[in-house]
Parts: sequence; C-alpha cells; structure tokens
Amino acid sequence: MSQKMTRRRLLLGGAATAAVVMVKSSFGKMVQTGIPQAATDPTKITGPLPGPLGTRSPFEQPVRKASLTSSQTPLQDLYGIITPSDLHFERHHAGVPAIDPHTYELTIHGLVDRPTVFSLSDLKRFPAVSRICFIECSGNFRKPDREAVTPQDICGLTSQSEWTGVMLSTLFREVGVKPNASWFLAEGSDAAAMTRSIPVSKGWDDAMIVYAQNGEAIRPQQGYPARLLLPGWEGNTSIKWLRRIELSDAPFMTREETSKYTEPVKDGKIRQFSFTMDARSIITYPSYPVQLQKGWVEIRGIAWSGRGKIAGVELSTDAGKTWNAARLQEPVLDKAHTYFRYLWQWNGDTTEIMSRATDETGYTQPTLKELIAARGIGTGYHLNPITAWLVQRGGEVVYRPEKWQ
Amino acid sequence: MFKLRMPYWACVAGIAMISCERDSKSVPVHFGYGRAATNQEIAAKAIAVRPDGTGLPAGQGTVQEGAAVYAAKCAACHGVTGVEGPFNILVAPDSANAVPFDRAPQRIRAIGNYWPYATTVFDYVRRAMPFNAPGSLSDNEVYGVTAWLLYANKLIDTATVINAKTLPGIVMPARKYYVTDSRKGGDGPYE
Repeated sequence: MSQKMTRRRLLLGGAATAAVVMVKSSFGKMVQTGIPQAATDPTKITGPLPGPLGTRSPFEQPVRKASLTSSQTPLQDLYGIITPSDLHFERHHAGVPAIDPHTYELTIHGLVDRPTVFSLSDLKRFPAVSRICFIECSGNFRKPDREAVTPQDICGLTSQSEWTGVMLSTLFREVGVKPNASWFLAEGSDAAAMTRSIPVSKGWDDAMIVYAQNGEAIRPQQGYPARLLLPGWEGNTSIKWLRRIELSDAPFMTREETSKYTEPVKDGKIRQFSFTMDARSIITYPSYPVQLQKGWVEIRGIAWSGRGKIAGVELSTDAGKTWNAARLQEPVLDKAHTYFRYLWQWNGDTTEIMSRATDETGYTQPTLKELIAARGIGTGYHLNPITAWLVQRGGEVVYRPEKWQ
Repeated sequence: MFKLRMPYWACVAGIAMISCERDSKSVPVHFGYGRAATNQEIAAKAIAVRPDGTGLPAGQGTVQEGAAVYAAKCAACHGVTGVEGPFNILVAPDSANAVPFDRAPQRIRAIGNYWPYATTVFDYVRRAMPFNAPGSLSDNEVYGVTAWLLYANKLIDTATVINAKTLPGIVMPARKYYVTDSRKGGDGPYE
C-alpha cells in the first residue's frame, strides 16, 4: 500500500468508501450527509489516530429541532441526566451575540455599597461552585393535535448540565447589597438586551453566575462567556450573556415579565412572576416512533421539579387505571432531571402508558384536564400535564393527543 | 486586627511577622476583585426604566412625530396600523365586553389590553427595537413611537406630549388584572 493510500485510509477511519444518505436537518430540509461504511472487520484495519476534537459515531445523529426562535433537545435520544452541550435547547429573542471574553464586563450597581465592574477573569478568581440542574423554558409544552410527535416535540425545551461559576451571594457580599434592596434587574448583552426582575432572596439563595457547562466554557448559545443561573426557575430568568445587575427596591416591569411570561388565570386575572417550574415527567422510551416487541420492556424517562427533589415517579401501563412506583436512578438531585425506570411485560394488547412525578413538597403532576379546570385555557406557559403514549396492537407507539378545552 | 493586604515585597523578603497565606477557615467577606464602577459608566449602562419613571431620559415626542417613525421603522414588522403583523401585534384597545384571557387563548394581547405599565413601552422599544437595528432610535424618536402606540391603543389623545413627566402617569387598563404568583407547591390545587 502506498504512503498516500495509508494516510487516506487513516483519515477515513478505516472506511474505504462513504455512503451518502438523506437526513432531516434541523430546519426540516432533507440534506445529504456522508456516513462512512463500517469496516467489514475492524480488527484488520488500523483506525484513526488521536485528534484535537472528538466526534460522535457517524451512526449516531441526535439533532435539535429548530424553529425561528428556539431549538429543542432530542430527549428520546439521550441516556441518563446530562444533556450534551451541543444538544442543549436554545431559546433567544434576538440571536446569539459574539462576545470577546477579554473585553467582557459584568457591572453590579444600584442599591449597593460598592458599585463594581467585574471582568471574566475576576469572576473566575472567586471561589467556584458546580451543580447539576435543569433549565426549562416556561413555554415548554406544545399542544400536539396529532399522534406522530416525539418527546422532543412535546417538551424538548428542557435540558440539563453541570454548571460551574460563582454564587451570586458571593458577589452580593463583595459589592455590599443594601438592606432595602428587594429586587434586582438582570440584563443581557444580546440585541434584545434581555431583562428580567428577580427577587433578591433568590440571589442570596442559590443563584449563580456561571461560565462553564459540562466541564468546558459555556457555549455561545447558552450565554458565553457568562450567564445568570436560577435553578428551578423558568429559563427566561436565567439571563444569558449577562452584562449588568441593578439592585433596586421594586421590580422594573420589563416587557418579558408583563406582556410575556405571564399567564391568564381564573377570574380574568393575569399571573405574574410565576418563576418556579412545577413538577413534571415524561416517558422517553418507548415513545413515538418506537416499534415495540412483545415481552419485557424497560420504560424509561425523566422527571423534574423546580421546587426540589423528585420524591417519586409513578407509572401506569393501563391508561391511568392503576399506578405503580418506578425506580429512580441515582443521583436524585435538587431541581434536576431525575432518570426513572420501570420494568413492564407487554402482552401485545393496545394500551396507554404514562408517568406522573411527585416532588418533595408533595405536589403531584396533574392531568391536562385538572390543569385546565384550575386555570382556564388562556395560557401556554407553565403547563406540565401527564403525557400518555398509546401502544397499539402492532407495537406502534404514538402520542395520545388531548383536547385543549 | 491585621491589615489583610501586605506589600508583595514584604512577603517575598520575609519581613512580615505573619504568613501571607490565609486558610479557608477565614473566608473574606470582601475579596477585592473587580474595579469600582464610575458614576459616568453606570449612567451610560443603566438604561432600564421603572414604572414610576425612574430612568427616563430627557426629551419628548408627539403622536405625529411618532407616526412618522413608526411608518418608517416599525410598520414592516407590526403592520401599518399595528394590527396586521406579521410579527407581534401591538394595537388592541381594552374592551369591557371582551372574553377574559383565561377563556380566550387566541385573544390578541397587545399594549392596550395586556400591558400593565406605559413605561415598559419606552423601555422595550429603546433597548430592543427595531429588530434589525436595535438601539438605533434617538430618545426623542422612542418618545414619539411610544406616544403613537399609546394613541393607537386609545390611551392618549393626539395632543398629549410624551416625556419623562407624562409617561408614568398614564393608567393602563390591564394594570388591575395583574396578580403575583403565590403558589408554593404542596398537594395542589394546580392553578
């Protein structure tokens, strides 16, 4: 074999030829992509040598689904509780800004003793904390009226990472927050200069300014070089590309906390500052478009609550008539996606499978009917209903649509 | 108490009587990282406007001035009269006969019937609009557009001039609907 040929084979990872297949891109267009053929006997061909960046197997192609304003995590393609950073959902209001970490600044001012400007390296000098928690968009519920939808379509606007940064309480002490400060404004440096008013108590409790995600610098789509992180609260409040925090004695009533991210509730009222994400779960396997076979099936999924730990997940395999406890996969973390498993023997009959989560406050995930009875039909925010999958006689698994009335 | 900060030369030369290092049992309240923000710097960055008008700049705008700015820079996205779209509809005057929002998911939510504070209009337009050139309007242009939007939503008449004094005084019909979430979890109900 010539030297040139050897190098070519190494680069191709032992694949002599590349098949071309059509896959659906994130914008729904069919595009061509090359998938190398597996070597017939990989033990007889030297593989590629180490390189600067790893890649997924070309046989694995989990992708987000993107709209003009967001892209959803493929929950059904994931195992365990960490979302790979490049599959973390995105939601932004004016695109992803390009920010030079060397000129990045975070200004904290208002009702403080020492108005201060922090560089990124200043932030990194402070004692650091890492925690695993989810971020979920408060609009993370679609109302599908058809069966051919995946967990990604229904609630792919939730993802989980290990986040690393400095506690906001550390910065609060650093600048000396005045006793009459009760709210703070967090402002991003995107083209929408995104702003939310946040109670100072959350800042003292568990808020963080994070600069790393899953061990590496936070991704641009997630707020590079630094974002606010408010565990358990609606994603919109965890302001990305954070440039400014202004302490005050009242909320600022920005557009995002008045005309958006509020929900009409009973008696013609509009509920504001509904920050916490309620307990929720979804079965990610089996789900559409899985083709099930008779026999033992391990039902799997994720459950989470913005109010603390998941206390339990119950499974029904008979359309909600009876419920049994699922097994929670450790670790069960505070305000975090928790993986659950439930072993089931499917006898081949048509049925519905569904999960419901209970958190440590005793709150149990409601049905859509219960939610609507309590709240009306005026909102798409903070909807967390029990979601059912219809298992058909032939083994097709599809979503069971529900009436929005 | 010892002063925490010692000159570098003192440490290196071993002149000091105490160690330069402190262990983590004595975590400082104040690390001394970052630099002081100057008043000018803060004034340039602090663009937020509060419901009481705090943060509003000097300047003013009329409905007529705002109509021209709106036609040139806003109408393409929001419609010639603010109701055509294709993006967010901005004009929907409040109506006492309307079905409440909790029973009408498709009902348009716009400045006239859903925004609780007039100051928010100025704040948001100034920080984020127009979408393709955010932050490009002068303060007077933002006052003018705010005036036109309030007029189109039947909240002011054509003669009202909008400025830092008049804007916070405008009573928004939706203000009375707003309640703050008080849910704490527990065993329901689920509202």
